[in-house]
Amino acid sequence: MSIRLRLDKPWRPLTAEEIARLPGQLGVYQIADASGAILCIGQAGARAPFGLRSELQRELAERGASHQFRVEVNQQYRTRWFELLMVHKADHGSLPPDNAKNPPPLGRLSPN
Amino acid sequence: MDFEPNEEQQMLIEQVRRFVREEIIPLEAGLDPDASELDPADHARLVEKTKAMGLFGIDIPKEYGGPDIDIVTRVLLAIEMAQHRAGLYVPCYGTFGGAGLAQIFEANDDQKERYLYPTLRGEKKAFFGLTEPSGGSDPARAIQTRAERKDNGWVLNGAKIFISNADRAQYGIVFARTDSSKGRAGITCFIIDSDTPGFHVRRVVHTLRSSHYATELEFKDCWVSDHQVLGEVNKGFAVANDRLTRQRIPYAAGCIGVAIAAHEMAIEWAKMRSTFGEKLSHRQAVQWMLVDNEIDIRTARHFTLEAAEKARRGLPFKIEASIAKLTASEGGGRVVDRAMQIHGGMGMTKDLPLERWYREMRIRRVGEGPSEVQRMVIAREILGSNLR
Repeated sequence: MSIRLRLDKPWRPLTAEEIARLPGQLGVYQIADASGAILCIGQAGARAPFGLRSELQRELAERGASHQFRVEVNQQYRTRWFELLMVHKADHGSLPPDNAKNPPPLGRLSPN
Repeated sequence: MDFEPNEEQQMLIEQVRRFVREEIIPLEAGLDPDASELDPADHARLVEKTKAMGLFGIDIPKEYGGPDIDIVTRVLLAIEMAQHRAGLYVPCYGTFGGAGLAQIFEANDDQKERYLYPTLRGEKKAFFGLTEPSGGSDPARAIQTRAERKDNGWVLNGAKIFISNADRAQYGIVFARTDSSKGRAGITCFIIDSDTPGFHVRRVVHTLRSSHYATELEFKDCWVSDHQVLGEVNKGFAVANDRLTRQRIPYAAGCIGVAIAAHEMAIEWAKMRSTFGEKLSHRQAVQWMLVDNEIDIRTARHFTLEAAEKARRGLPFKIEASIAKLTASEGGGRVVDRAMQIHGGMGMTKDLPLERWYREMRIRRVGEGPSEVQRMVIAREILGSNLR
């Protein structure tokens, strides 16, 4: 089974209806603007009351409409989050703007 | 051998126990259950405390400025330092400091200036590059990364896997085959700066230990000068092997610490929790699980301290280190498993540290030489090399 390095699922509109369909599980997510430019890579950890659903509800409340999101259910949400950030940095030369404001300690990755 | 701590050891044990209970566990309550790092401000504050305790840089030899702690005392403290959620792999979140890789103390003067002293000052971090996709338990045969002579140096080509911290380190110790005809006598140890052209951290490797990832490395025409050879050419296996044996003792101690913490939780829960009108602690099925925990912990503690004592006295301790690693990692896993069973549904949740310990303890039966290799080491020693 191949390992998918990048999160490349289709974008979904950041709306209350779409978020209500999300599982209450642990995982990672990305938020993009209307054009698909990634603004933030986030994680839904074990302290989020309803996992991904809670985190995306918070994102919607803070950002408002006209954004998009995609998620990946993943028990290894922390290491996957670090991985997605490092891959993004390797691909684009910098972190997504919202992550760059308060960057976590990251390593260097040169994915093939 | 008497393994009761002496007065000074007991004082240090109590000091570290207080530190874990009063400083680490309260902070941990606010962290993600899979966190492996403290907030930098908290980390810095706690480092000042361990410095004030005289225990910072606990693994640094005295001649390099570390505290004068023998390996037996180190084991006793490691047992205490592991008794919190992240304690198995990140005891006290690194606030007692690190010594870097043991091998770098064997470096020549020039290498010490460039790598050892900056590491001890906290300016550089290192990774240990031994395991390859072809295997890790039998490095003498599994190492396929090649280093070939070129331009007064060496060109490395190959891959490493399950390497911790390679993406964040400034340098690493990497083992490569320099003579394919000589087996274990054809391996050399190199110091590789992580900005060397041809050195790549290709991907993150996710494991059961979801708080921390390993990495996969690639060396592609990676040239290093002769100054980067650690020790002697074709004598790298001894460097690796010495580390693997010594590491087994503190590795075992960490397992014991977590087992004690899980056992104490199970005892407390069994005394508190009632089912069908009776406390769990009154039920023979639970009592026997607790008894088995006690036996596993005492067995592992005895063998680990025996290994440490032999190492302290300068006696051979290869068998003892393997027995310690084996009993602590296997026994520790059983203890955590029984503690989860006693806790029932709560034991499976991320509300308690048991599920993290369960996952991380499972890795311990493979890391630093799997149980089967430890048994092989012991068998070779008791049967003699001519009976293999």
